[in-house]
Order: sequence, then structure tokens, then C-alpha cells
Amino acid sequence: MKSARNHKAYWAFLGHRLSGLLLGLFLPVHFYVLGMALEDSQRLDQFLKLSDMGAAKFGEWGLVLLLSIHMCFGLRLLALELLPWSTTRDARLSWISWGGVASLAVGVIFLVRVVA
Amino acid sequence: MEMNRQSLQRTLTVRIDRGAGPNNYATYSVPWRENQTVLDVVTEVQRTLEPALAYRFACRVGVCGSCAMTVNGKPRWTCRTHVSQVQEDGVIVIEPLRNMPRIKDLVVDMSEFFQKWKKAGNTFVGTATRNDPPANVSPQSSKRKKADAAIECINCGVCYASCDVVSWDKEYLGPAALNRAWTLFNDERHVDTKDVLRKATSGSGCNSCHSQGSCMKHCPVSLSPTGSIAGLKKSALMLFLKGG
Amino acid sequence: MEQRLFALQRLSAMVMAPFVLVHLAVILYAIRGGLTAAEVLGRTQGNPWWITFYSLFVISVGIHVPIGMRNILIEWGRFERRTATVICMLFALVLLAMGLRAVMAVGGRWS
Repeated sequence: MKSARNHKAYWAFLGHRLSGLLLGLFLPVHFYVLGMALEDSQRLDQFLKLSDMGAAKFGEWGLVLLLSIHMCFGLRLLALELLPWSTTRDARLSWISWGGVASLAVGVIFLVRVVA
Repeated sequence: MEMNRQSLQRTLTVRIDRGAGPNNYATYSVPWRENQTVLDVVTEVQRTLEPALAYRFACRVGVCGSCAMTVNGKPRWTCRTHVSQVQEDGVIVIEPLRNMPRIKDLVVDMSEFFQKWKKAGNTFVGTATRNDPPANVSPQSSKRKKADAAIECINCGVCYASCDVVSWDKEYLGPAALNRAWTLFNDERHVDTKDVLRKATSGSGCNSCHSQGSCMKHCPVSLSPTGSIAGLKKSALMLFLKGG
Repeated sequence: MEQRLFALQRLSAMVMAPFVLVHLAVILYAIRGGLTAAEVLGRTQGNPWWITFYSLFVISVGIHVPIGMRNILIEWGRFERRTATVICMLFALVLLAMGLRAVMAVGGRWS
């Protein structure tokens, strides 16, 4: 049934679910690293220096993208479920494209800020 | 002369999922015609090549929904699917509808589909008696407009077959049942609309929908269970927050 | 149960939307020139706004994430609803504990 899933609203579902899953798995790691500040900020510094590496920056860029996508697609869901629909078929598909664009913009800003 | 013979011999390859066993796809060859539907093809296979092929149909003209099957991966009414629109390199693949157990070949058991229809609380209960005048329902009222926009469902099962949540979650009531519940919720003659919400959220109800929109995408009469379910979600949420 | 979880999921999402925007803005601001502990902690330590902000953020996240994960466990992991609920409640406790610890770490004066 692969081709039956090839439509915008399904991609939005997949993007929202996969980004949420990856972010959710990342969170405990994130909290653990931040908790390093408790022991001594030197350990946190050591970790942060590691994060200057290209691979780490790529990972951070990915996470920022995931967070933006998850929020944009999530806001669309809140709109679908709480606001009235102009027609029965208006599943706010345009929000999907705009959400993708906005997320990419955030990603670009991140890259510019890292590189510049 | 040579060319005439070749064009007369052009064929359509039809692969039909007949179930049971690893080589469950049977391949047939029917003449290529510029103007034929998938149902025409299935009928021709059954009448001229494989009498034991089981399939459902009734009206043949796109009003009853009986002929729904999966064609090249998508659930559709075969009588309203032109072969020329869906064939890929001269091949069409026909399978039974998804999410319903197969009885034989292209025929599926729709019992669970209808059980869920009932479970979602879709029995109309009125309060008027035969001695009362007919209810004066304005077609322009917002509730009636919402109900009318969803009322044309004929239970063909295409939305149910297209829904991934149905295949992942056995308890999920499904798009058709919930779409129907929405029409009842908006029916001002119905005696207990709060009860509709309770039934629509019972077990794995409207809140399990993830707005994937495959139902809306594939509905042959352009209905939108996605929209109906969104309406149910909002109404159920409001009822819940008010302590209902 | 499902109705309650659905409501909590949507409510926590609505609460978090502005938090996420702020968090993204802070990230985009802070990564210029690389991150150091001194920079991060210099902004956050002893700052009641940060502490409040991130505490609320952590609590919302601790509600929102496990409910989402529960759906994935049930639909993709084929877990029983009850099992998925238990696993996700444990995950919620872990997130809340680790998250609030992180807030204390970054917001409190330790050095």
C-alpha cells in the first residue's frame, strides 16, 4: 500500500511522529549533559568543546530542524482539531509546506550563526 | 496488415491476489481496450479465464460501493476506475481491500467494519412520535450543514481500508464509523448527542486518529472523515473539560 | 484514560509552543562563537526567570513526550495499552527527574 501513503497529509504525520520520536530519545541525553553543570562546570566545558566538532554541529543542526518541524506540524494539528474548518476538506495542507519552509529557514539561520 | 494484427493482440496483464500460499498472485491476460474499467477486467477474467474467481459488485455504475478493491496499491471503486488511468506498463495489480479479513480472492469480511459502526453509537433515536409533525430542520443551520457534508457515506469501506491506524490498532473504530457519529452528533432530532460523543471516544475512538488524511484522500464521494473526526475531537474535548 | 491523555497532550502542546519559540531563539542567539559552560551558566545561574521558564518547560515536556511515545509503543511497537502506559509513566518520571535536576544544575549557584 506504499503508493496509498504518498500524499501530503501523510508526510506531515510521518514528519511529526518521527521528529517527536527522535527528540524524545534525545531528551534524556540533553538533560544528562546539562546536569553536568552540577558536578563542576569544567566537565560541561569539556563536553561543550567536543560539540564544536563538525559531526556534533551537524547533529545540533538536525535537532534544531527536528524541533522546528515538530512544532510547525504540531501547530497545524492544533489548528485542525480546535479551529473551525472552512470546508470539510480543508485539512490545512498549505500549513505543511509553510511549516517545512519555516523549519528550513531556522536551519539556515543556525548554519549561518555557527559558521559566521 | 502486420500492424493491425499487433494492435489487436495488445493485452493487459492482470495480477490478482488470490491469497493462500507464497505464489498467491495469479496472472491473467485480457485484451487491451481503450475504454474499460477495472471491474470490466475482473468480470472478463471470471467469465472467460477463471470461473472460480470470487469478487463483489452490484450496480456497476458507481453508486453502491460494493466493488471496492485495492488497485495498484490504492483502495478504489473498480467500476469507476478506468484501466487507462491506473495501468503501469500494461499491468494492473488487484488485491482485496486492506484491514478486513479475506473470505476468498477479492471478497472480504466486512463484519468488523459494521460492528465498529454500531459501537460508535450510530443508531438514531428520536423523541417524536407518529402523531407529532415532522421535525422542522433548517438545511441552512450550521449543525445541519455539518451533518449534510458527511451524510453521503454508503459504507463502501475504502476509507477503512486506507487507514493506517485501523491496521495498527485493532480497537480503533475507524473513519467511516466516526464520520457517521459526527452526522448523528449534529442531528438536532437525535435524543442524546452527548452519548454520541461518549461512544465515539470509547475504547480507541476519535482521539486515536492522527489526521493522516488517507481516508479523505481516497473517499470515492469526496467525504472527509478527517474533518468529521476533528469535529468530534473538539466537541469531546469541550465536554471533557466541562466535566461531562 | 484515553480522553484524559488526549487532553493533557493537547494542553501541554499549547503551553509549550511559546516555550519552544523562546528556546529556539536562545539557541540561535547562543551558538554564535561556540558554546562554553561559562557563557551558558553566566546567563542562567541564579536567574529566577530562567529557572521558572525551564521548570515549566520541563514539566510540560514530561507530560507531552511520554504520551506521544505511548502512541508509538501501541501502534508501532504493538504493545498492550496497559503495558505502554506503565512504560511511559516510568519514562515521564525519568524525564521529570533528569529535567528538573538539569534546571537546578544550570539555574542554581554551584560554582
